[in-house]
Amino acid sequence: MKSINLTPRFWFAAVLVLLTLFIGLIGPFIVRTDPDTVIGGLYDRPSGSLPLLLGTDNEGQSVLANLVYGTRTSLLVGLVAGLIASAIGLVLGLIAGYQGGWLDDVISGLTNVALAIPSIVLVILLGIALNDRSSLALAFIIGITSWPWMARAVRAQSTSIRAREHIDVARLSGASWASILTRDVLPYLLSYVVMAFVLQVSGAILAEAALSLLGLGPSGTTSLGVMLYWALQWGSIRTGAIWAFLPPTVMLTLIAFSLLLLQSSLDEVFNPRLRRGKLAKRKTKGGQALPGPVATQAPTPIGTSGIADNPVPASTGGTR
Amino acid sequence: MGLTRYLGRRFLWFLGTLVVALLLNFFLPRLIPGNPVDSIVSNLARGGGVGGEDLRIIYENYNREFGLDKPLWQQFFVYLGQLAQGNLGTSFAQYPASVNTLVGDSLPWSIVLQVPAILIGWIVGNILGAMAAFRGGWFDRGAFVTSLFATSIPYYCLAILLLFICGVQLGVLPIGGAYSFGLTPEFSAAFFGDAITYFWLPFWSLVVVFIGGQAVGMRSMAIYELGADYVNYGRGLGLTDNRITGYVFRNAMLPQITGLALSISGLVGGALVTELVFSYPGVGTLLFNAISTVDYPVIQAVTLIITLAVLLANFAVDIVNGLIDPRIRAARSGER
Repeated sequence: MKSINLTPRFWFAAVLVLLTLFIGLIGPFIVRTDPDTVIGGLYDRPSGSLPLLLGTDNEGQSVLANLVYGTRTSLLVGLVAGLIASAIGLVLGLIAGYQGGWLDDVISGLTNVALAIPSIVLVILLGIALNDRSSLALAFIIGITSWPWMARAVRAQSTSIRAREHIDVARLSGASWASILTRDVLPYLLSYVVMAFVLQVSGAILAEAALSLLGLGPSGTTSLGVMLYWALQWGSIRTGAIWAFLPPTVMLTLIAFSLLLLQSSLDEVFNPRLRRGKLAKRKTKGGQALPGPVATQAPTPIGTSGIADNPVPASTGGTR
Repeated sequence: MGLTRYLGRRFLWFLGTLVVALLLNFFLPRLIPGNPVDSIVSNLARGGGVGGEDLRIIYENYNREFGLDKPLWQQFFVYLGQLAQGNLGTSFAQYPASVNTLVGDSLPWSIVLQVPAILIGWIVGNILGAMAAFRGGWFDRGAFVTSLFATSIPYYCLAILLLFICGVQLGVLPIGGAYSFGLTPEFSAAFFGDAITYFWLPFWSLVVVFIGGQAVGMRSMAIYELGADYVNYGRGLGLTDNRITGYVFRNAMLPQITGLALSISGLVGGALVTELVFSYPGVGTLLFNAISTVDYPVIQAVTLIITLAVLLANFAVDIVNGLIDPRIRAARSGER
């Protein structure tokens, strides 16, 4: 494992991610105020005691308590939706890419159609159809609408892996279809799947916030999006109640930024072609502006074609 | 020959996707168990504001308009027929108003906001990303981290921050709406001068985030291309850096054009919420109001228009791709 080169960027991202996890998971146990109890008036300024550290919101509830519980809800929605979307995208992409033939045609067609229809539209339509919107139901909705780009990228990569020799060896030695998929194809994709999952989680958290801002947020619980919704509706920005709108805004940005940074640093760890190693630096010192023939021969676990196929997908796509 | 076949294929894909989108747009809201009109009308009654007589009219009107006494598949064709005549239905919340008028009032604002934001953001983002990849060094590191940060800020979060800093704290730009109270939209220099001050904040909050996303994508594309065999070969032949840069740029551009198609739907979604932050009277605000009043015809019209716009944009990108990518002209058909 020594060859894995964890960059400072990775550590920075990891610390930020751990910080958000800490706020969301441990926070509620430190701030023991129920986010639904009224502890003050409309937009009380921040003051000394713990529940009032970030003041109160439009209903006189503690902003800090709402923030930690809201972060927990948002993380939960992100994880569940990310798992669902990644599972669908992985399975469809793997099967389409490995199997080929008519199955590939059907799945790819489905994926392309789903990719073209904006997922926010589907999420809105499904959200309206739900009478009772729990946060898990929202996570489910977001999960089943955000898989297409991942299915496409995974398909592209498993197509290229299908042509490799070790697959033939596995087939000749009588390995079953499922075992080839999971033992001989999947491991080559794992690094990509991990990165895509990170992007799915961040995309889902932002999608939940966008839905909440549109008025389709989870009912009965608080989330970062719900906090922003009320902050906007009650004019906290116009009246200058910074403490009401800034915490959820910063928290959402922090989550999205740290996850994206984690993804891109993982990308550099897994994919030497994107990394500008020491060799590249020496070249640039020699007066050449372009990084020279760096790492073209480096063994890449997966073709970079998948990343090239879909550069930083969810950062630009998704519902934000 | 290759190009026409390619375009024909893309057009068929466009039509197929449109049909699926229409089906989803029609059937998803009808997933609610029971007669949709019942739940809509009961929601309206619960929300108050709509009297008993109005409710009855709405109920009958809706039943007639959408043929709810017929089976579901026939209703779908009734819906298609209405759409073919350009009729989006009648609003519930603002009862006699037709959805066409409501959408017609708000759509221009969204188009004026988003089309320039997409084009400028895409061009600037690609130039920035390519420069970061070519120049390397501190410029690359600075531009990369800045772009990564810019693209990871959700549109609405940047919007909120800009609104607070520029609109509320500094007070240099107006904080909401699209033009000053008392003016009516018209094509005059005075109105334009007024509206543009309302335009800057939503515009910049979209553009900055979009530039970031495009720059990050372009940078990794260009770095990937710089390590490709043809670059080494060209260098071995003694080509100048400028010429190699030209090749690299052209190769890195193609996926970026495809990437534009993928990111348009994200931007449109983000723009919806950004409009809300600034109470910009576009489609996003219309959608928000429709959701809060459970105004189904308006919601469906807005989702349909968004889908249509994104599909058309994707199709346009496909056409551009076909025109500039020599491989598509040469090959029998493009990548699916």
